[in-house]
Order: sequence, then structure tokens, then C-alpha cells
Amino acid sequence: MSSLPSDLRYTKDHEWLRLEKDGTATIGITDHAQAALGDVTFVDLPKVGATFAEHAVFGTVESVKAASDLYCPVAGTIVGVNAELNGSPDLVNREPYTGAWMIRIKLDNAAAAQALLTADQYKQLL
Amino acid sequence: MSENLSRTPLYAFHVANGARMVPFAGWEMPVQYTGILEEHLAVRRTAGLFDVSHMGECRVTGKDAAAFLDRVMTNTMATIPVGMARYTILCQPDGGCVDDLIVYRLGPEEFLICLNASNAPKDIAWLRAQVDASQVKIADECAQWGQLALQGPAAEAILSGLTSVKLDTIKRFAFVVATVANVSGCIISRTGYTGSPGFEIYLPAASATKVAEAILAAGKPHGLLLTGLGARDSLRLEAGYPLYGHEISEVISPIQAGLGWTVKFSKPEFIGREALKKQADGALPSSVILFSLADRRIARQGTPVFAGDHKVGEVLSGTHSPMLNKPIGTALISSDALAKGNLTVDIRGNRIPLEISAEPFVK
Repeated sequence: MSSLPSDLRYTKDHEWLRLEKDGTATIGITDHAQAALGDVTFVDLPKVGATFAEHAVFGTVESVKAASDLYCPVAGTIVGVNAELNGSPDLVNREPYTGAWMIRIKLDNAAAAQALLTADQYKQLL
Repeated sequence: MSENLSRTPLYAFHVANGARMVPFAGWEMPVQYTGILEEHLAVRRTAGLFDVSHMGECRVTGKDAAAFLDRVMTNTMATIPVGMARYTILCQPDGGCVDDLIVYRLGPEEFLICLNASNAPKDIAWLRAQVDASQVKIADECAQWGQLALQGPAAEAILSGLTSVKLDTIKRFAFVVATVANVSGCIISRTGYTGSPGFEIYLPAASATKVAEAILAAGKPHGLLLTGLGARDSLRLEAGYPLYGHEISEVISPIQAGLGWTVKFSKPEFIGREALKKQADGALPSSVILFSLADRRIARQGTPVFAGDHKVGEVLSGTHSPMLNKPIGTALISSDALAKGNLTVDIRGNRIPLEISAEPFVK
């Protein structure tokens, strides 16, 4: 297992979140999650403008083995989705923390991200 | 891993080779080693080696062995030549399936039957209960045998270095008793469950690891990969092969499953004949079909099938086809709805048209 980026926040559902300088946050799934899923064949993502409550299902990731829900770590409005995943869903397996980011969200409450797990806290769950 | 799971003789081999082990049919089995897609493509392009030692075996011997098997199986057994195998269904009186099997004829009065892992005890008890006055012995040999499946276009080249048998003389569904990697008493059979050419090898359980190591070493230069149950499932679905508990079951008959070719009504009597004949003559409530989707979402087992707003069936198996690069699957659909067409599946609120395929996706 590769090391966990220390600048990210994490959830017990194996999503990661990065706070950007403009106050939005980028969200994806962790290396642990992609390894457990196996070969990813499709990522079902929401449309820009959609709003989600904290822990609402914002999409689905399909692997050969199973379809798994994606949970929004924080409440907010979608301001961007990663269109590259449409053509290259396998990016989730290859670059879970970089190329395979899934959504960018404008947080309803900028402080909400601080309640998420740190890399050290997340590591305890694995 | 939960308790009470059986392990095949190759358990340590799997762990040493990096397998991810999962519970399957009461066994702890490798679902994948490197990745399901890669393993799937290895079987289609070069070769893959599967441990299928969880499958069961029983030996039926005696003066009445052939007649007995003809009475319990849907396919014709007495006409199997020695050295050949035949696929058949074991049916209940109501036409439902006890199991699907491959029967190998070892001698005039001797047959070896390959049973599905989770059904093996049930099958053996079922066979024994049908013996009546027949002079047959039914021996449970599940623990004695290991089984490997070497599948893919390079299978023959790989195996040819490990046995003196001329493999090109083994026709499809033929077999020989042979020595493989210095292990005697193996059965090499040109059969498989992938839709790619290859062999299944029955071998003494105690020697399974030795043979697997030899095949792995011989196969590496050809690009052979160790392959798990994940790839086995996507391969068999592309090839349109049924899996017990999905396309056939105690409530889905061989006629419904499109396996009518295994049911020989020319035999005057066999268990299930009357019920199956009615179905074959038109009284078929529902049928199993193969489908693909022009979408990326996979319709998995249990996904409902609709005609308009009416639920008319459900998905039995579903996966991603690496060869077609789209979702494929099987579904059980009412005969009325099938005749009318225009069917959809509902995946998480998305209605996706079902594209029914008359042919397997890989031949």
C-alpha cells in the first residue's frame, strides 16, 4: 500500500478531500478503496450544479466485481466533474489521488472539512 | 476469513502467488491475482491457469452403470465412447435442475462425473437415492482429486512440454489418462469453461501443487497468468456458459435455459422427461436470454427487467465484457414479454434498453 498524502482529509468510507486555495474542495477515492474494488470500468458522476447533503450518495463506481456508492464527505454544490473518467475509468486504479479526482465542490460550510479524518487518523482504520 | 470454509490442495500456492482469497461455494478460493481484466485477456490471448479443485467428483461403476446414468441424466450416456466426455443435466421430476455435469467414460462400466462444488454432496445423495435395483456403485472421490484448468490459445504449447501425450490427438470433449509433470494418473481432457481452447486436468490431490508449479514455470515464457474466479466468471459469460444457481437452478429447467440440446427425448424414460417435454412443446413460462447494453453500467444479478412499466423478468448474471468493452449478462424473462420485445433494465433509476443476443459473444 502506497503512503497516504498528508495534505488530504479522509472519510471512513474511503473518500479523500483536498481543500483548494479558492475555497472549493476536490474529492476522490483512496488507494485502499480502488484496490478493494479491483478493475474500475465506469464512474457515474453528478452534473455541475447538483447539490448534496453531507454523506449523500453523489455517484457510483463500477468495477468488474461490484457497484459501490460514492458518499459526499461535505455538504455543497458541484462546480466541476472529471470528464476524463468517462473515457478512462481505469485512472481510478492508476492515479487515485491525482488523475482520478471525481468532483469539485463548493462547500456550504467551509469549516466542515476540518471535521474529516487526517491521514494519520485514516491510517488507523486500514 | 470466516470459519468452516474448505481449502483446495493449492491454498498455499495461491497465497504465495499473491491471490486475493474470497469465500465461494463453501470454499476459500482465489478471486484474482493481478486483476480480473488482465487475467481475462490473458486467457483470450495467451493462457491462464485456474485452480478448480473445489469441483467435486464421483465414480459410477457396475454392470448397469450406463443404463443407470441414462435413467437419471437428460443427455444420452450409453452412447458415450470410452475416452470421451459429455455435458448433461441431472433433473428433478419437475424439470428443475439438480446440477449440470460432465460425465467421462473411463471404461464400458466405469464413469467419472464432475460435479459443481456446492452441489457435490447433494448430487451424490441424489444419485444414490435413484439406484433402486440397478447394479451400480457410486463412490465419492471429491477429496481424492485436484483439478486445474489450463485455458487459452497457448495452452497446448505449454502442456506439450510436460507430458508425452500427443495433445493434438485429443479432440474436443475427449480425454486421456496420462503423466503430467512426472505425476501419473492424471486425466487430460480437452474441455473448459472459458470459450477459449484448452484443457482441464484432473490429478491426485496430493500432487496438485507440483503440477501447478510446473505449468506456471512452463507457461511464463508464453505469457501465462494465474487466473481466478473473477476472470472465470467473465470468461464463461462471454462464452454463454450457464452457472448453476444463476442460469440453471432447481427452478430454471434446461429447456428454459436454452440447453434443450442436452435433453434427449429419444430416450423413452429419464427423470424429468414428462415435465421437460411439456416445456419443449410450448408450455414455457419464461426463458433465459443473453444480452449486452449500450452503456457503461453493469446490470447485476437481481436487476429488474421491464416491458414498459411492467416487471417481466430479472438479471441472472451480469458483468463487464473485456472483449466487447461493454456490459453483458443473462436474464430470465417471461415468454410473452420476450415475444413483444422493447425491454429495458433499471439500473439505479436509469432505464437502459436490453440488446438481446442470439449467439454467445465469444465463440
